[in-house]
This record gives sequence, C-alpha cells and structure tokens, in this order.
Amino acid sequence: MAIRRRTFLKLAGLTLFGTTASAGLGNLIASGEVKARGYTKASESLIGKRWAMLIDVKKCKEGKDNCKLKCIEACHSIHNVPSIPDKKREVKWIWEEKFEYAFPEQADEHFKQVFKDVPFLLLCNHCENPPCVRVCPTRATFKNEEGITMMDFHRCIGCRFCMAACPFGARSFNWIDPRPYIKKVNPEFPTRTQGVVGKCLFCYQRLAQGKIPACVEACPEKALIFGDLGDEKSEVNRILKERVAIRRKAELGTHPSVFYLID
Amino acid sequence: MLEKALVGSKKYLLWVLFLLSIIFIGFLCYLYQLKVGLGITGLSRDVSWGFYIANFTFLVGVAASAVMVVLPYYWHNYKEFGRVTILGEFLAVAAVSMCILFVIVDLGQPMRALNVLRYPTPNSILFYDVIVLTVYLLLNLICGWTILHAEYKGTKYPSWLKPFIYLAIVWAPSIHIVTAFIYQGLPGRHFWLTAIMAPRFLASAFSSGPALIIILALLLKKIANFDVGKKSIETLAKIVAYAFVINILLFLFEVFTAFYSGIHSHQSPIKYLFYGFEGHAEWVPFMWTSYILAAIAVVLLIVPSLRKNETTLAFACIAVFLSSWIDKGIGLITGGFTPTPFETVTPYTPTLPEVGITLGVWATGFLILTILYKIVLGVKSSKELVVKHEGVLYKR
Repeated sequence: MAIRRRTFLKLAGLTLFGTTASAGLGNLIASGEVKARGYTKASESLIGKRWAMLIDVKKCKEGKDNCKLKCIEACHSIHNVPSIPDKKREVKWIWEEKFEYAFPEQADEHFKQVFKDVPFLLLCNHCENPPCVRVCPTRATFKNEEGITMMDFHRCIGCRFCMAACPFGARSFNWIDPRPYIKKVNPEFPTRTQGVVGKCLFCYQRLAQGKIPACVEACPEKALIFGDLGDEKSEVNRILKERVAIRRKAELGTHPSVFYLID
Repeated sequence: MLEKALVGSKKYLLWVLFLLSIIFIGFLCYLYQLKVGLGITGLSRDVSWGFYIANFTFLVGVAASAVMVVLPYYWHNYKEFGRVTILGEFLAVAAVSMCILFVIVDLGQPMRALNVLRYPTPNSILFYDVIVLTVYLLLNLICGWTILHAEYKGTKYPSWLKPFIYLAIVWAPSIHIVTAFIYQGLPGRHFWLTAIMAPRFLASAFSSGPALIIILALLLKKIANFDVGKKSIETLAKIVAYAFVINILLFLFEVFTAFYSGIHSHQSPIKYLFYGFEGHAEWVPFMWTSYILAAIAVVLLIVPSLRKNETTLAFACIAVFLSSWIDKGIGLITGGFTPTPFETVTPYTPTLPEVGITLGVWATGFLILTILYKIVLGVKSSKELVVKHEGVLYKR
C-alpha cells in the first residue's frame, strides 16, 4: 500500500524534530564542544594563568607629547581595525579617554582636577567574571585557560547582547563592512566581516609566538606592563603590592584584569 | 479550514493586498540591510539595540497577555470569554511571530542564527528566550487550531488537548519574565538593573495586550458582525484597568527610588527620557506623550460609566496601547543605553529603512492575524444562522 500523504508528513516532521532535538541535546550534554586533541604549545610561547595589564597613567601623561599614542596605532594596524570616521560606526580595540569618562562613578571635582591632563587608555578588561561571556547565546565569546576573554568571529551571530552586558563599553560592532576602511591589511591577522562584534584579545596570537601584546611593546615610555596575575612572583604582582592601582567599576564584581597605577 | 482565508469580500482582499505591499517594502529595506549591514540603522557603538528590540520587547508582552483571556475561560470556567478566547490565542501566535522576526532582523549575521541551537548555552538568557518563545508559539497554534477545528467539525475538542491548554497558561508569564531577565541581569545598565523589571513587564503586558484584544473585538463587531459579547468586553476592560494602574504605580516606584535615594546614576536615564540630559532630549516629547496618554487612559478606565461606554473604552484602549508601546518599547531601550557606560549621551533615532523594516514586520504580523481571524469568523459564522433583512440582522 502506498504511503499516505498525512503519514509521510507526520514521519518527516518527526524525523526532522528528532534529528534537531538529539543534535541539540547531544551538544548540551557534551557542552557543545568537541574537545580538540591535546596539543603542545610552541616552546617559545608565553604561558600564563591569568594575564593582566598595568597602565602607569603618570608615564602616559609625561610621555604623551612624545609617544603619539603608538600603542593604539600598533594595535589597530596589527589587528586590521578599520578607521571609520563616523563616530557612531567606529570600531576601536584600545583608545584614549578622559578620567571622568573612564571612571564616571569616581569623577568628583577633586579627582577630575588631579587627572585633568591624564590620558586613560581603555581596552577590554578581560574580567575574571565577565558579563559578556555569561550572556553570549552561542559561546562565541568565552574565557580561555589563560584568563583572556576571547572572541570567535566566525561563530558570532551579531545579536550584540555582549555589548549591552559589558559595563565598560569595550566592545565594537562592525555595523558595515570594515575592510574598505583598513589602511593597510596585515595578512597575518584575519579581518572581520560585517555584523560581528570585535574587541581587544590581549594579543593571544602574539603570546603564542612568545611576544608580548603589541601595545605594550610599542609604548616608548614603558607605561604599559603586561604579566601573569596567577604567578606570585611576576612583575605585575610585585608592582601591585607596592603601588596604588584602581580598576574600572570594581563595585560591579567583574574583577577586571586591567589596572591603572595612579600614584 | 485554511480555505476560508482564501475567499472574502473585496474589502478583505484589499486589506490583504495593502498588508502585502507594506511587507514588500519592508522586505526591500531588509535586503538593503542584509547587503550593507546594520549600519543602515540609527544604531551605534553606544546604543547597540534600538527600534527592532524595542518592538520585540513590547510584542512579547502582547503575546503573553493571551493568558488573560485563556485563564479565566479554562481555569475558572468563565463562560463569557468563550468567543474571545480564540482571538487571544491567535493574537499570541501573530505577536510571537513578530517577535521572532524582530530578533532575526536585528541580527548582524542572520544566516548564523541557528548557532543558538547548535551551541546551546544554558547561562545565556537569550537561549531560554528562544526556547520559551518557540514553545509558546507552538502551544498557542496547537490549542487555537485544534479547538477551532473541533468547532468546525461540530464536536468538543479532544481530551489530549487539556494538558496543552494548561501548559500554555503557565507558560505565558514565563515568556515575559525571561524577556525581562534579558535586561534586568546586566551590570552597569542603571535603568534596567531593577528587580521590579519583570513585574513591570507583566503589568504592562496584561494591560496593553487585553487593550489590543478589546480594540480588535470592537473592530470585528463593526466590520464583520462578530460580537464577543458585552460582558466579556467589560471584564476585559476591568483587567486592563487594574493592570494598567499597577503598571503606572510600578513606574512611580522607580521614580521614587531614583530621586529619594539621590543616587545620580539611577536618576540620569529618567532625566534623559523626561527632561533631557547633557543637552540631549531626543525622546522627551515621546515620553511625555506616553504618560499623558497614560493619564487619560487611567481616567477613562477608572470611571465606570466611561469604561462601559464602548466609544470611550476604545479611546482608552488605544491610549493604553500607544502609551505602553512608547514606554516599554523605545523608552525602555534608549533609557537603558543612555547614559552610556562613560556617562555620556549618544543620541539614537531610527532611520527610514529601519522604520520600513519595522513596518514590514508589523504588517507580517497583521497578515497572520488577519488570516487566522478570517478563519475563526468563517468557522463561527458557518455555525450560525444569520439573516439580513432590510438592513437588520436576525440571529438564531
């Protein structure tokens, strides 16, 4: 007997539902990831438990006439960050901001006066407890084992939930195709497509080659210090014990890994 | 039953044609957005959600409000809602469809949308929102369609449907609570970080949704001779009145907390929306329109004689609907993003193509609603003997 249309449709629907459900469920149980085979890192790569950055704002102030913000230039050219003139569409991974915008909750008259001419470099804080990672519906943004808040540009669906969740405004969205706005494409780092979110990734690709982040390397004043918070004897931990450091919006409990040395 | 939507009066076909042409314009705008990117909208690095998500949020409420007619009918056996229940269920279907479309048009990479299912992420509220919305759509479609089909066949609906009906009732608030959680769990967004966000969402949903049902019921009475009954309209109007007053109270609680505590960061979004902040006042006229409409609606709804008068009730419902749409749509979203994390203001206004896409989605929703309601009317009228004699309707 020939199969009836109704039966066929029922079976087809059931099969479709079953396949989708089992795939989804399987993913859920396996945490969605097929674990990569174990791999060894290159011998020259820098390995840390929780990478962090210290920014000596005094040095930034003293050197700002001399340095021409080489840190921003280095980062944006290496990572193919486009220079879009329209403020609303701009993409930035690291940028300069006044104290009252970087620390709006602490910007009373006294502090504003103290830090009047001090440039504050802003970038992704690589929080220990990042809200952006919590809200991402596809795990396109995630914490890697070295404490870096990573982005998978190929998985991002562009819902921008992470941008709403980030209390630091550290994330940029590619509102338009960024490629025409890249002055000189660096073939060693991917460009982005339109419709995905981007941000500073603490130069994970350079760390794998044994190099410190581009902004840190480019700073002629040595105002940026990069190191491992997880290593008791590291330079960053030593400095944090000796000097006064503040973090942006510490009260929100995200535990940023970027510190501003203000003494 | 679908065949009943294919034939109709000239007016019906013209209305469908009108909706289709708006959908077509919206679709062209969407193709443009697909090509150029979301850069065609007024959105920016600082205000990264806007008109689309505002409409999405509002419509989740409209969808959830179906429970306000389904619950009394099935749970409390409130027979007066017999004819309006199906309107509520199919309104939910249309509203959830619009919600899903609004989320999709808001995506930067819509062809990757299924990544949400491929990589299910239980810590993301958006993951739960996708689940609750999809299930709610299916529940309402199953319940509404099966019940109507039973009526079509002249029988009572099958008993296997009961669990689905009850599930749909308890499921309805969940879609709106989960949607509120999208906002209220974000650190550093002062306007959203409040525990009464979910109750506010529910109160505005249970006022604006039934208000729309009343408007639709009155319209159907006028243009299609379909009367849901005076008593059911009156009960719905009471529901709207209570829910809307609670909604306004909850807003006033927010204002009290922000201004009595004196905490600057809690005040700035409210100041921006109602007064202007740092020289920016883009949404001030809209917010005042919303709350003036709200005040008018409250008066019209509270005074019994005005509430029982169908003309003033219609005005009240339109006022409730528009007021909530402004307040819970664009006000909620821009208020959440303003001031920015740097305590600055980046103004946002939707662009023309953005509005075109939005209208296209609304037209799609109304097309779904029209088709479903047409089927309802077709089935109901086929069961009734109505004779029109010298301009007067005689019903058996």
